[in-house]
Amino acid sequence: MTGQILPGARSDGSAWSVGAVGGAVAPGCGSSGGVRCVGGGVGGIGASPVRPDGALKVRGEFAFSSDLWADDMLWGATLRSPHPSATIRGIDVGAALAVPGVYAVLTADDVPGDRHYGLEVADQPVLAVDEVCYRGEPVAIVAADHPETARRAAERIVVDYGVREPVTDPEVALAGGRLVRHVPIRKGDPAAVAEVVVTGEYRVGMQDQAFLGPESGLAVPAPDGGVELYVATQWLHADQRQVAAALGLPVELVRLSLAGVGGAFGAREDLSMQVHASLLALRTGRPVKMVYGREESFVGHVHRHPAILRYEHGATRDGELVYVRARILLDGGAYTSTTPAVVANAASLGVGPYRVPNVTVDAYGVHTNNPPCGAMRGFGAVQACFGYESQMDRLAEAVGLDPVEVRVRNALAEGGSMPTGQVVEGPAPVARLLELVRDRPAPPPVGDDPRQLPGGVANTTAPEQVVRGVGYAIGIKNVCFSEGFDDHATARVRLELIGGEPTALVHTAAAEVGQGLVTVQAQIARTELGVERVVVATADTSVGSAGSSSASRQTYMTGGAVRAACRAVRAALLARLAGGSGAGADDGGVADDGGAVGDGGVVGDGGTVGDGGGRVAGGGLELAGGVIRDAAGRTLGTLVDLLAAGPVERSVRWRHRPTRPLDPVTGQGDAHVQYAFAAHRATVDVDPELGLVRVVEIATAQDVGRAINPQAVLGQIQGGTAQGLGLALMEELQVVDGVIRNPSFTDYLIPTILDVPPMAVDVLELADPHAPYGLRGVGEPPTISATPAIVAAIRAATGLPLARVPVRPEHLTGTG
Amino acid sequence: MRIDCVVNGEPRRADDVWAGESLLHVLRERLGLPGAKNACEQGECGSCTVYLDGKPVCACLVPAGQARGREVVTVEGLGDGDLHPVQRAFIAAGAVQCGFCTPGLIVAVHDLLARTPSPAEEEIREALAGNLCRCTGYEKILTAVRLAAGREHES
Repeated sequence: MTGQILPGARSDGSAWSVGAVGGAVAPGCGSSGGVRCVGGGVGGIGASPVRPDGALKVRGEFAFSSDLWADDMLWGATLRSPHPSATIRGIDVGAALAVPGVYAVLTADDVPGDRHYGLEVADQPVLAVDEVCYRGEPVAIVAADHPETARRAAERIVVDYGVREPVTDPEVALAGGRLVRHVPIRKGDPAAVAEVVVTGEYRVGMQDQAFLGPESGLAVPAPDGGVELYVATQWLHADQRQVAAALGLPVELVRLSLAGVGGAFGAREDLSMQVHASLLALRTGRPVKMVYGREESFVGHVHRHPAILRYEHGATRDGELVYVRARILLDGGAYTSTTPAVVANAASLGVGPYRVPNVTVDAYGVHTNNPPCGAMRGFGAVQACFGYESQMDRLAEAVGLDPVEVRVRNALAEGGSMPTGQVVEGPAPVARLLELVRDRPAPPPVGDDPRQLPGGVANTTAPEQVVRGVGYAIGIKNVCFSEGFDDHATARVRLELIGGEPTALVHTAAAEVGQGLVTVQAQIARTELGVERVVVATADTSVGSAGSSSASRQTYMTGGAVRAACRAVRAALLARLAGGSGAGADDGGVADDGGAVGDGGVVGDGGTVGDGGGRVAGGGLELAGGVIRDAAGRTLGTLVDLLAAGPVERSVRWRHRPTRPLDPVTGQGDAHVQYAFAAHRATVDVDPELGLVRVVEIATAQDVGRAINPQAVLGQIQGGTAQGLGLALMEELQVVDGVIRNPSFTDYLIPTILDVPPMAVDVLELADPHAPYGLRGVGEPPTISATPAIVAAIRAATGLPLARVPVRPEHLTGTG
Repeated sequence: MRIDCVVNGEPRRADDVWAGESLLHVLRERLGLPGAKNACEQGECGSCTVYLDGKPVCACLVPAGQARGREVVTVEGLGDGDLHPVQRAFIAAGAVQCGFCTPGLIVAVHDLLARTPSPAEEEIREALAGNLCRCTGYEKILTAVRLAAGREHES
């Protein structure tokens, strides 16, 4: 059960689990939210209080970015390239402008500022400039008084294209010098030899994030010449910077607020309609709303990089790894997006969570005329994991070991060294996670209810032809931004009396994308300040950047910032109690906490310890229930009294401990902040005649360091696992000659409730001494190893090699 | 064209509706009821599920004209001032993450439990097979349905 874990203290005993069947809930999950948590306070950390946005969401009253409305608003639409590669010889917008109800038609010539944008490299045109480089690239935009009018007008724009032969094969692109980034990793002896050698080439198809809420938002022109933008995004300040540059405006005139986000999974890191709606709003002087349809969404955001992975593993006859050599080729599509960082992840995590003395990895990202690829949950680690885990199964077979045993024998552990030379500090329970999923009871054998057979209610599967298989996999993921990036998050916390009750207002720019960050922010404030009433303000750009809701980093980073800001508020309260600094001055302190304590990013208020649970500062003072007591339990003051002199507000910019770049030749360097691990066991039933697979059960074991919100942790693990299942069995954008052939939920299949099996989960809470509360990023690891575990199970059932995901029916029937 | 229909128990009118507009568009953009969601607008995801004359439909597939003179109930009309037990169960079980699929699922589960007050696991799965969720992996949605079913039994 959830034990109390002090940061810096390792707590091996802390584990909890939920079964595969039934309505089991995690500890601390209460329907009322009235759970007293470890660390103090109702609804504090370790509890699972009700989401503050839950009631609005179940009523249908939560305002998603596509639900916004303004008086007098217009609708925007986008004309996109029908060609993967073409020059633009001319654009005639006359016919579109002539359509009644049309207010503006804009092309690249109407972009007043930078005509290109990008997260890492500004190489993607706001609107096509003289050429198009992928099918679906925005060429022109229209504002009209009805969405259908806007769409029809866009169709009347005449573009004179000079069609070119697209480059769609990443190998051709690499040979042709279209390299985005090459990351080599060199460790040990590059010429090492081994008794047992297994090789393989693996492929990963192009997966889509397929969030349900389409790209959308509302841009409102402001009287000062700027724009107010209400959008669904993962990183408000990255959007702000890019939008302002494109509009040719100072950033302070581009103000963003987070509208309701209907899922993200990486697809909202890059801009979509943000600049377009702003351009149209500024041109027409009216609010402009843009909402993509599903087909447009499929071409309107980046995807997971498809990959070709070649591996050679050398080992002793006992199955101990001697070397790994790998070449990983990632198709970045037309523009750079986050490809450089994806390549670095694939390279640096490319051998998995294993001890390997000799490593030679080369990972490449290239430009093609395929759809642009960038961030998706797992971010380079997903592709590599399918390669190295497929290899570990081949190795197990070659040396005659059980798949779990060969992994355990090579498992990375605390203090072990990565191929980059980075030492893994803090718990790395690789072997234990594998043993946890292995030791789970097996699911019941196949029955004869057709609903539980691969053919489902279509009743096509005869029970006697079903074969069952079990497969295992484990993955590794870096948490937070890497390679020396200055990664920080800011939180502003204000404590004041509202209606006579102490109330904390937490304000950050961190994007709630469904993961539950708003809940977590409030939990941290309750724990740190000992108050029950916490209001989390709408995320916007009037407070400092929180960084992106990606890289499994936001609870770590914004959670760390909220904790630091709360502790600064506590310190100010204590000073007020001591009659120190003038109370009236406590209304706006801003501190950059980045260098306070270099290692670990721990806020530098020395007396504050651990989970804190409302401890105010040194001297054993405790803040609970609005009362400050000393170590002897004597009441020294109340929050109500202290706050009567006015509110206390502190803003803190918080950083994790620094990372370093990878050496460009050897790939050596302490590039990552934290490593996270999850293991899966998949059990599948296969109908080999029809090529159908039913996943019977997936068991997951994951170390989360500290479960700040156990219910949300389970939500991340189960949801992430389902996305890994999707990549294993069904999810692939079919790109032929640069054209996505299946841009719809009819043809791009994501798992339904019939496809996702019961998911047993074991959660370990082994504190990371460097992280706030010891927590470890949760969101991505479960997506990474689910895919290879399921494919391993299908291989076990069928004996087929299956070197490509997703596995299609024809791969099982031998007809494809 | 003009559409008159009853929405959540009240007579509503929409004017200047285009022939090509769906019931979903009219609800969301003309009647101020954005609860039904626009995730795919091709009948695949179930996020726009509403009742039309008591039967759950994908509002995106219903031409607005077909709603004329009929009764529509959206997610906004399910609670009776307070949250409906299905809505409460979704919150309590952690079945809500981003929430975009939630309104459609609430209507679908509301319909399921009206027909089958205590559905078995496989019945729940079949009934909700038309509602996509990308966040939860469905486990907590199953928990929510069980929770809602149990509560309705007790009452």
